Amino acid sequence: MPLHSKKQIGFTLNGEHVEVAFAPHKTLLEVLREDLNLTGTKHGCELGECGTCAVLVDGRSVLSCLMLGLDAEDREVKTIEGMAHGAELHPLQQTFADLGAAQCGYCTPGFLLVAEELLKKTPNPSRAEIQEALSGNLCRCTGYLKIYEAVELAAQQIRGE
Amino acid sequence: MVNKDFKVIGKPFRKVDARAKCVGQTKFADDIVLPRMLFCKLLRSHLPHALIKSIDVSKALALPGVFAVITGKDLPIPYGILPVSQDEHALCVEKVRFIGDPVAAVAAIDEDVAFDAMNLIEVEYEPLNTISTIEEAVLIDEPRIHDYGDSGNVHKKVSLEFGNVEEGFAEADLVREDTFFYEGNTHLPMEQHAAVAHFDSDGKITLWSSTQTPHYVHRALAKVLGLPASHIRVIATPNGGGFGGKSDPFNHEVAVCKLAMITGRPVKVTLTREEVFYCHRGRHPVLMKVKTGVKNDGAITAMHFQSYLDGGAYGSYGVASTFYTGALQTVTYDVPRYKFQGIRTFTNKPPCGPKRGHGTPQPRYALEVQIDKIAEQLRLDPAEMRRKHLVPPNTVTANYLRIGSMGLGECIDRVVEGSDWKNRFQKLPNGKGIGIACSSYICGAGLPIYWNNMPQSGVQLRLDRQGGVCVMCGSTDIGQGSDSILAYIVAEVLGIDPFDIRVVTADTDLTPVDLGSYSSRVTLMTGNAAIQAAERARELLVMAVAEKLGVPIENLSLAERRVFDVENPDVGVSFVEAVVLAESKFGTIGTVGSYSPPRSPGKFKGSGVGPSPAYSYSAAVAQVDVNPETGIVVVEKVWIAHDIGRSINPTLVLGQVEGSVYMGLGEILMEEMTYRTNRNVVHKFPSMLEYKSPTTMEMCDVETYLIEDPDPNGPYGAKEVGQGPLLPVPPAVANAVYDAVGVRIDEVPITPEKVVRALRDKSRGREARYGPVSVPPVSWPDPLRVLTPAEGGDGTEMPHVAVHT
Repeated sequence: MPLHSKKQIGFTLNGEHVEVAFAPHKTLLEVLREDLNLTGTKHGCELGECGTCAVLVDGRSVLSCLMLGLDAEDREVKTIEGMAHGAELHPLQQTFADLGAAQCGYCTPGFLLVAEELLKKTPNPSRAEIQEALSGNLCRCTGYLKIYEAVELAAQQIRGE
Repeated sequence: MVNKDFKVIGKPFRKVDARAKCVGQTKFADDIVLPRMLFCKLLRSHLPHALIKSIDVSKALALPGVFAVITGKDLPIPYGILPVSQDEHALCVEKVRFIGDPVAAVAAIDEDVAFDAMNLIEVEYEPLNTISTIEEAVLIDEPRIHDYGDSGNVHKKVSLEFGNVEEGFAEADLVREDTFFYEGNTHLPMEQHAAVAHFDSDGKITLWSSTQTPHYVHRALAKVLGLPASHIRVIATPNGGGFGGKSDPFNHEVAVCKLAMITGRPVKVTLTREEVFYCHRGRHPVLMKVKTGVKNDGAITAMHFQSYLDGGAYGSYGVASTFYTGALQTVTYDVPRYKFQGIRTFTNKPPCGPKRGHGTPQPRYALEVQIDKIAEQLRLDPAEMRRKHLVPPNTVTANYLRIGSMGLGECIDRVVEGSDWKNRFQKLPNGKGIGIACSSYICGAGLPIYWNNMPQSGVQLRLDRQGGVCVMCGSTDIGQGSDSILAYIVAEVLGIDPFDIRVVTADTDLTPVDLGSYSSRVTLMTGNAAIQAAERARELLVMAVAEKLGVPIENLSLAERRVFDVENPDVGVSFVEAVVLAESKFGTIGTVGSYSPPRSPGKFKGSGVGPSPAYSYSAAVAQVDVNPETGIVVVEKVWIAHDIGRSINPTLVLGQVEGSVYMGLGEILMEEMTYRTNRNVVHKFPSMLEYKSPTTMEMCDVETYLIEDPDPNGPYGAKEVGQGPLLPVPPAVANAVYDAVGVRIDEVPITPEKVVRALRDKSRGREARYGPVSVPPVSWPDPLRVLTPAEGGDGTEMPHVAVHT
């Protein structure tokens, strides 16, 4: 079955070089979850509608369900598993946990990575900028408000205020 | 017993599982991978109503990589969540009843092969006529979707009368009749349902599943698989959102168990988003007719409420949902005489069931919009009118619901003040408006789903000589924080830190039964059971420590990981030493606690739905901006007050309130399950893109006020918060739309087209309203009559007498 014969690629995943072989039609989401066993990246629709599977590729947020795994070759991919520095949580992870921004927690990895991208570009975002940046991520639990508060507090901490 | 100076209760601790969720460590059902695991796909019907003439699975079975294919004949025993509605098969046996009804299940080496195999299954159908609306179901008896139910395509009819409503209408200064329609909508949890089954060589099966009710799944599996219940273990994984959508036993759960038994290998299923829409069990579409009599001051003299429910293709929780559409009308404003008639119909659509607020947002919408119309007609302020006629605390309603604490008055005061209601209602410029609505919800149901005399919730505590405390309970954390609530309560009683505690939940092998995460029962019921288990452990500790220190038992206090003499705090032992002393004296330390709700005063048939240990209350004011050209409604702000009794954790309570407001906004503004009735009853848009739900761009500011008036039945006085605060939001928005542009939208959701049409009608001098104008003709049975408590009734039904009217 040539369709299923695997292709091998290498890329940087959470700061480490990985080599992985997988069927070429697989999405990055499937490669991460099924071939690299990183199940922190979630899926809500697998059609690019909900933002749940967002990861960072070369620092930019990408819906991993819409990107072929093969397209990750030689690029830098960051998932939720790579967000903390060792045992120390990223400020966003800390504030999401402390302020109740993660209820069921299923959409949380996607929100965290998109928020990280936002704070890299915009260290002091307004509420409207946060809303705009997170508008591609759906959350059914929180009504988003605690998420905004967590992003704002983390931004403050990162700025050293 | 209860120390007012709490160390944990009322404090904004983070959830015990919060960090795991923020680093990607939480294992949801689809994250479970077992060696040799196979993948399951379900072949679903593409027809809404058809007889199954034959199924040929031979080509699918012949495909390399396919290990098993099963059909309805492999799982012939029916099941269903309610004992009165055992109408589902894991795989359809003789007929399919909606598009998405499963007919076969495949287990294959991977998902791609399973998908290919599914397409090789040949099913021969004989199409049947479809029933697609409430009206059709009422009027058309054949073909019957089910061969049970009250008649034709009527699943259930209910008719109850408390006091004589006609007398009440005769006493009224104004009698209003209005009709409303609340469209169905769905839970849309971010996590698609998933399950993994593992059958071991000793004949025991384990199912991991994203379910809110592992105990009910356990019972259904025992029935359907023909295995002893003791050989079945159900583990509910953390739910990636539930909202009621994961409360039924599901066909995919049964299918993977059967496939695991046949193949001897673990089997996983993960539904696609489209399939989640077909699983549904969401909000029932409900048509409602409300007749209410009032005095000139707004006091209600009688109410007659009729509900017509579109149940979809199966029973699910529907009988309970039907009663719920008529149960809680009486618990906010005094309704001295009350009549309820409800009918649930079967249609060829995905089955409806419980969604956040189960059966009560629809009638609450109708009631609160009608109250607004009444206030306008009587020239009364709608907030003041509501405030004046509240049900008093510690009373029994006309339909025999016992009200304990009742904080609605304060809720109204807070949102009226916070929103500057008096200066804004009827005073904002055209296009801007403000509206108010109130509501109430149960804190758990008084009766279990299946009749028994056992507790509804059990908690077991284990203390070990290392000072470890493990709390075990059958409850399921669906994101609401129930695991954390257990830890907070045990930590409070034992004077330790919540993060010292290990919480093991939702595992039918390890944890005592809790009925599940539904009907807002968990904090109240597991909380009370946890207090009992922890108090019993505390007693063992202080007995042992008292003996050691020579201090009277009543002098000992537990706090900050110590057990010490309150009169001489330096005299004490560490918590770990206390456990060692207790284990030395009594042997291994384990305690249990359990909770059963108080008995309801209602004894008539149908009195099982509505009673609760306590009722939460909410009031909301919404401010909207309505564009008269486009009809687009923007909700700018919601002020909401919630009578929580007591916050076990204010951060979690606020999160539930905000999430409820969000979900209420989705329901009133955009969310709807709609079908192409002329094209085979196919779902119009089973996708997250086309099923509109609020994004960050639609969510408004929320100002929340928590009213803490401890209820004697709640743990530390706590009441529910997961569902109640959704209820006032849709009617508050509808009332605000009227204040903004002077049109009544008596149909949910309030979409731009409806607003534009109502505005057009208004400009042409027609009724400034969009909504249903009639209800289908139903021959109602004679109501079961019950004298109200005020009339000296004892909660039993009156002997049947022929009434000629």
